[in-house]
Order: sequence, then structure tokens, then C-alpha cells
Amino acid sequence: MSSVATLPLPAGAGARPRSAASLLPWVVLAVLAAFPLIAPAFGLEYYIGFVRRLLIVMIAATSLNFILGYGGMVALGHAGFVGVGAYTVVAMVEAGVGSAWAAWGMAIVISAVFAAAIGAVSLRARGVYFLMITLAFAQMLYYLAVSLRTYGGDDGYGIYTPLSLGGLDGLHADIFYWVVLALAALVFAFSSRVAVSRFGHALMGIRDNETRMAAMGYPVYRIKLVAFTGAGAVAGLAGALLASHNNFVSPSLMHWTESATLLVMVAIGGMGKRWGGPLGVAIWLTLAEVLKLYTEYWHWPIGLMLILVVFFAPKGVATLFERKEKTQ
Amino acid sequence: MDAIFIFEQLLNGLGYGLMLFLLAAGLTLVFGIMDTMNLAHGSLYMAGAYIAAKVHESSGSFLGAVLVAIVATILIAALIEWLVVRRLYSRDHLAQVLATFGVILIADDLVKAIWGPSPIMAPTPAALTGPVQLLAELPYPAYRLVLLGVGLAVALGLYLLVNHTRMGMLVRAGASNRSMAEFMGVRVGRVFSFVFALGAALAALAGALMGPIGAVQIGMGEAILIPALVVIVIGGIGSVRGAFVAALLVGLVDTAGRAFLPPMLRAVLPPSLAADLGPALAGIAMYVLMAAVLTLKPAGLFPARA
Amino acid sequence: MFKPKHAVLAAVLCSALVAQAADPVKVGIALDISGPFAAAGAEARDGFDLAIETLGGKLGGQPAEFLKTDFAGNPEQANQLVTRYLQRDKIDFFTGPIASNSALAVGPALFAAKVPFISSNPGPSQFAGKQCNPFFFGQYQNDTYDEAAGKFANEKGYKNMVIIAPNYPAGKDHLNGFKRIYSGALKDEIYTKVGQIDYAAEIAQIRAAKPDAVFFFLPGGMGINFIKQYIGGGLKEIPLVAPGFSADQDVIQAVGEPMLGLYNTAHWTHDLPLPANAAFVSAFRKKYDGRYPTVYAAMAYDAIMAMDAAVRDVGGKLDDRAAVAKALAKPSFKSVRGEFSYGANNNPVQNYYLRVVEKDAEGKLTNKLVGTVMEKHQDAYVGECAL
Repeated sequence: MSSVATLPLPAGAGARPRSAASLLPWVVLAVLAAFPLIAPAFGLEYYIGFVRRLLIVMIAATSLNFILGYGGMVALGHAGFVGVGAYTVVAMVEAGVGSAWAAWGMAIVISAVFAAAIGAVSLRARGVYFLMITLAFAQMLYYLAVSLRTYGGDDGYGIYTPLSLGGLDGLHADIFYWVVLALAALVFAFSSRVAVSRFGHALMGIRDNETRMAAMGYPVYRIKLVAFTGAGAVAGLAGALLASHNNFVSPSLMHWTESATLLVMVAIGGMGKRWGGPLGVAIWLTLAEVLKLYTEYWHWPIGLMLILVVFFAPKGVATLFERKEKTQ
Repeated sequence: MDAIFIFEQLLNGLGYGLMLFLLAAGLTLVFGIMDTMNLAHGSLYMAGAYIAAKVHESSGSFLGAVLVAIVATILIAALIEWLVVRRLYSRDHLAQVLATFGVILIADDLVKAIWGPSPIMAPTPAALTGPVQLLAELPYPAYRLVLLGVGLAVALGLYLLVNHTRMGMLVRAGASNRSMAEFMGVRVGRVFSFVFALGAALAALAGALMGPIGAVQIGMGEAILIPALVVIVIGGIGSVRGAFVAALLVGLVDTAGRAFLPPMLRAVLPPSLAADLGPALAGIAMYVLMAAVLTLKPAGLFPARA
Repeated sequence: MFKPKHAVLAAVLCSALVAQAADPVKVGIALDISGPFAAAGAEARDGFDLAIETLGGKLGGQPAEFLKTDFAGNPEQANQLVTRYLQRDKIDFFTGPIASNSALAVGPALFAAKVPFISSNPGPSQFAGKQCNPFFFGQYQNDTYDEAAGKFANEKGYKNMVIIAPNYPAGKDHLNGFKRIYSGALKDEIYTKVGQIDYAAEIAQIRAAKPDAVFFFLPGGMGINFIKQYIGGGLKEIPLVAPGFSADQDVIQAVGEPMLGLYNTAHWTHDLPLPANAAFVSAFRKKYDGRYPTVYAAMAYDAIMAMDAAVRDVGGKLDDRAAVAKALAKPSFKSVRGEFSYGANNNPVQNYYLRVVEKDAEGKLTNKLVGTVMEKHQDAYVGECAL
């Protein structure tokens, strides 16, 4: 590796890794898109559902990474918005709505409203206080869902007639997978794009030095609130997709450990790196899935990994790849 | 609802608040002075409870069990500090949260491997099993009175330690400006180790004392960690005085919510709605309190690092 | 004389045997051994393990494979695990979860795949009533324990009671089950926070209400907290009545002396005088350091025994799912609870017993059988089931 790094670079070679890097999302997308077609040949049907779940959680993690990594807002209540999205779908189903698009759209709107309200209060606090106040709101939502008898409370709510995807219904058994993939790709692309936009730069500026940004005339509070609301809305979408994925919603979605897990996944993957969310989710969920197969003591290896990541990859696993790219 | 009933409930709120204070004091001390968020504090609490319960069962001495639990937990804490926490002092809060969350995961599996997944027996000391008659109409659990006493004693002890001893002065010096204190010849590293051990001792004490009135089981640390965090945040992180006030406030609000809210709602709302709403509101009273305090005072009631 | 025809026959026979050997009966077990139900989950695991050992790892004489994976008491993870069992492992039977919410989360997928779900513990009212299914088999319906407790309270002549449960639907279901039979007056109906640690406020309310007795449904750690604080609060004089799982061996060994004299109701107890039960209890105590089994362990054991009998009854032909379900609905094994049959909603018609916590000959605290509270009892939801 080092011998490659020390080679004098021919002119123009510097552009190559960049183009390879910019191709990477497309390659990943193509592989993921082809997966349901290839998987049955190897008897891996189960993993279609598994990957679909990964993709949904990635949407939630990407939205958290946006406010955490670029905005510096350490929120410990993100699962609350996932839950709001999921319960919006439940409410729509209960009200007789059969269209997935309508239910998901409503989930985005409602969770955006919740995020705006919660953000408006929480964003006045900083650091650990912000972390705790977002946790408080998520806990309130959790206890509300537990005692909401209409939607099953702690027993959860089963969706017995899957929501309709409109014209896409019946095209292919795995059509829902591709819909999720398309949405995940959109969220990924959108958040990568916003991160390098004027808004994204302003947000990162606030993360690094809030006072200075305020002095420069940026509406700091409003920018943070917009980011927080957007992230909440996207988390709500993830919740709505999760409701359709499981055809079941329960308050356990909103338990504070779920918020903590999202935070941990983003931190493992790499905060403020566009691959951070997806990588963290893939590592965490795959590890949990595999370890459980072999032992009932499957928590401690994850704990150990967490400590190791904090010590040896403090900026997340995504940066390990980044360094490699730079040395080439 | 007579005066004695209300008085009893206030006493209950006070008792619950002091229990939370025992745990919150150690947490806020470590956070305030070392600027370190140690989630594994809940695991130390669990360790204290397990060790005390086991020693009490085999030796029959409750006092001895509490002391053994404190000493053993300090040793465990020293190991955790040496392996993990020491490397986190200079890192941001998120890194501290993540690594100590990792410690929680490991600790839970470790306890399961040693003592099994079932809750274990933590007997009440024989002399304190029954109630004592506080007033003619008011019997009160003797053991809870002891808890009240210990909680108040710890609060007083910490106040004296931090404000009126040489060690406390060094601690405050190290906290307010580490490099300056070091320059003046204070061995800040040693001071930090002392504070961390003190925090562990308080966690172990809380765990050992909670055993006889609660379930000693895996996850007990996480269950009480959240209310304890709420307490230190309301109080203003790092302020022992703040933690004390906030703990009493949370204890009272939580107890009052459970005791008075449902009957009050039943008086003004239709029964089925009141039955649904009352317990739900009582359950989130603590969080509503925190959100309200932070909305008005974004750094808690007694900001330590103003 | 050797004829080619024989060779063909032999080949066919061999391949049939090979196919059978290569294709064991697959049982998916969702273990609940971390998270909120870890204690009960570990009991269930011990029951499963003992049954598997007793049967020599076979079901109905056929080789069997038992898949065991933890899902941490989380309905979401349970759902995911069942998806894997169905799609990747193609299981023939399912059992395992402790809590009703997990059972409700995994039910629909199992029913759609026509995989029999032999519940080892939860008997949610939904699966006994409107959402009943030919592929669900309960060991007892949740409310029946409370109904038995209500009948006991009537017989004991309790005129005024306070009832208490956590504020979630299962808590309300349990209290409704009690109220369905209990005919005295209710002084108060208290709902507490899920996972509550401190019960001082509620205990003060109970003291102020001065009831004849208290009925509580507080599973797991909540019950342990409550009983310890209740006795510490000097309310020993007001008897506690509980459904069996709030006063089972796992709770007894964690609470100790304060449990003495606590009345509780269940459809099984370790001192039921039946040969099958005696064999189970002694094997269990031998394997697990003299510990008494809980209802969780007993029913986990029974769940495996039910599968064993069903495989035998259908002659190993597990592809005919409807026939397997039919065989399961007519249990032909010797259950540790004694004779029982399934009602129209695949929930049992069976006896319910009164137990009281006492000291055994060795001075160990445990449940003792007092008598039968209800005979051949069927749950209240059977009328809502369209099976």
C-alpha cells in the first residue's frame, strides 16, 4: 500500500480515484437492484427481506447522520420520529386508507410537524441538555403509544391487509423491495447533495462555531430547526416503511434503546460522512443477526466492538476507507 | 384524601427522590468535575446490588454486605477506568457515551454468565422488615426511613466534602481549570481517580440499598439510569446541589402524579377517558417536568459551568 | 434370484430413506433470554432442553433439528427472526416467545405460511377470539388465570378489593378477566407505569382504601418490586392474590419470605399428583440443581411433547399441514397438567388450580397445591372465534 502511495503520480491520475469514488454509489445501487433477481438462484430469498430492512433503517440513520454529523445535534430521540411515522400509517389503516403512498406521505407530514414542534423547544438547549430533552420527548411519545388502547398499546398493531402500491401492485413479488431501494437511494442522494449545498455549509459552519455564524448574520436557530424538521420527516418515512415491512407496529420501535442504537450505528459508520449511515447500519444489523445464530451471549461482542471503534476509528469506519482513497 | 394521606405521599416522594439522588450524585460528580459522561454508572449500580445481595445472603450481615459491595465496586470501577474511561477524558461526550454504552453491554452479559438471567434474592435486613408507627394513623416502612436517612447523610457529606475540605478544594480547582491547577502543583490525575472512585462508591451504595426493595436483575442499571439522568440534567450537570434539588423535585412530581392525578381526573372527566389519560400522564410527568425546566432554563436549575 | 426390478425397488427405497434422513423435522424456537423477559425465557429454554433431551433429539421417532435464537423480548426482532425461520430454514413448527406482544407480532406470518404455532406461554385474547387461527395452539388463555383468581376471591368471601396492573392493554385485559368473575365491590382500580420501580404511592392508596384483599398483575421485575415494598409497608394483613405467573418459582426465589401465604391460580403446579408430571418435575430438578420448575418450563416441555405426538400421529407426513394442525388439536400425549382438550378456538379446556406459597420439606419456599378452582374451564373469547 505504502509503495503505491509513494509512487509519483502521473498527471491526471488524481482524477481517477475521484471518478471511481463517484461511481461507487451507482455500483452499489446496481448490485442492490439486481439482488432480488439473483438471490433465489442461491437460495437466499430470506436475505431479500433482510436487505430491505437494512435499507429502511439506513434511511433513518442517514437522516440522523444529517443533523448529527453535519449539524452537530446529538439527538437521542430519533426513534420517536420513526415511531410517529409508523403510527401514522396505523392511524391511516384504521381510518380505512389503503394506499401506501397516501399513508407514507401523511407519515412524512405528521412526523415533520412533530419534529418542528419538538425541535422548536429542544434546540434552545445545547450538548447533553439537547440530548436529554430529545430523549424526554421520545419517552413521552413512547409512553403515549404504550397506553393508546385504540392502536393496540403495548400489544402492538397488526396490519392484516398490506397497503396497496397503486399501479405497481402485482408487477413482481419483490416490488416493495425496489420501492424501498429507490426511496433509500433518493434520501442518500438528497442528503449528500444538501450537505454540499449552501444550506449544508451553513449547517456545518454552525456545528463548528455557532457564535461566529450568528455574528455573520446567519439565522442559526432557523437553519437548525429546518434541518431537524427535515431529518424528523425522513425518519418518519423510515417508520412508515418499517410498518409496511413488518405489517406490524409496536411501541418498542420508540424505546430509548432504539434511539441509542441509531446513534451508535451512525457513530460506528462515521458521522458527517455520507457513507456513515449505510455502513453503520450494515455492520450493526449484520453483526447482531449473525452473532445471535451462534450464542445467547451476543451483546458483549457488540459492546467490545463499540469500544474498539471509539478508540481506533474515532471518526467511524467510513473514514478508514477514506484514508485508503487518499493514499492511492 | 386527608392530610395524613397527603403527608404520607409527600414522604414517599421524598424517599423516591433521595433514592434517585444517591445514583445521580455520583453521576453528576463525575460529569461535573471530569466532564465525562459515564453511562456505565448504571452497571456499577447493578454490581453493587448483586454483590451486596450475595454477600448479605451468605454472611447474614447487611452492613458488612454494603461495605463489601462498595469496596468491590470501587475495584471494578478502577479496572473500568484504567481500561476504558481514562482514555475518554479528552474526548467529546458522544465518544464517552458510545464507549460506556459498550461497557454496559459487556457488563450485562457478564452478570448473566456469573449469576444467571433470573433476578436474585436480596433480603431486607431482619430488623428492618416491618413498618414503624410514625403517627398514630401512619405506619411507615422502617427500611425506607433508613433510606431517607442515608440519602440525607450522603447529601450533607458531599456538601461538606466539596465545599469545606482540602480535597474538595483540589477537586474544584481541577474542575474549573485543569492546566492551571496542575501548574500550581495539584496532581489532577490523582484527584480525578479519587472522584471516580467516590462516584463508584455512591453507585454501589445506591445499588446495595435498593436491593431489598427492588428487583436485583440484569438491566436494573439501565432502568434507573434514565430517571437519574433526568435528575442531573434538571439540576444542572455537575452541580451536586442541583442534583439534590432536582432529585427531590422529580421524586415529588412523579409520586404526586401517580397518587393525585388519577383521582383528580376522575372528578372532572368521563371515567373511561380518565382511566386512560390519568396513568398515561402520570407516567410522563417526569419528562414533562424536564422539558419544562429546560425550556425555561436551557442549562438546568443550577448551571455548574456558567 | 436378482432381477433388475428389485434393483430399482431397492434404489427407490434407499433414496426414500436418504431423503427422509436428510430432511429432519425443523422446529423454530424463539428464545427470550435477554431483555425484559429473560428470567421467564430462561425457564422456558430449560423446559425445551429437557424435553429435547428426553426425546433423544427426535420428534415422533424422526430426526429433528431445533433452531434456537434469542430475540431479546422485542416484537420487532421476533418478527424478523420468524421471517428467517420461515424463509430460510423452512420450519415445520414454531414456539418460544414469552410476552403476548411478541406472539401477536409473529402470528400472522406463521399463519399465512401454515406453520403451527404452539405457544409455550402467551395466550393473547386476540388469538382466542376474533383473530383465532387453526394454526395457533395455546397452553392457557391469559385471562383464565385471572378468572380463576376471581372465583377464588368470591369463594373466600372477599367483599372489597383493590386491583392493580401496569397501564397497557395486557394489564387491562388481566384486570377485566378478574372483574368478569369477581362479584364483590372494587375499592379502587390502579394502573401503574410500565417498568415502575417505586410503588410507595400505590401502597399508600391501598392502605387508605382498606380492602379485604388485593389482586395484582405485575409481571417480572415489577411484581418483585411491588411485593417487597408491599410487605415492607406493613400490609401483610391484607392478603395478596395473583395470577400464577406473578407468584411462580422465579419470583419466589427473588423475593423470598415476603411471598409466604400468597394465593395464586394456574393450570399447572409442580406437585400435581400425576405420573407424567412427577416424571417431568424429578427430571427437571435432577438436571437443574434441584430447582423447582415454573409454569414457563412446564409448558415449554409440553409444547415439545405436543409436537412429538403430532409428528407420530401423522406418520411423519409433515407436508400435509392441515393434518398436522388437526393432530395437534387432539393432543394424544400425557401432558404434565393432566387431561385437557382444545376448544373451538384452539385454546384449552382444562382445570385451574389454587396454589399458595409455603415452605417445602427442605424449607425451600415454593408453591403448594391447595385445590381445584375451576374444572374444564374454557376462556371467555371462544364465542368470538369463527373457526
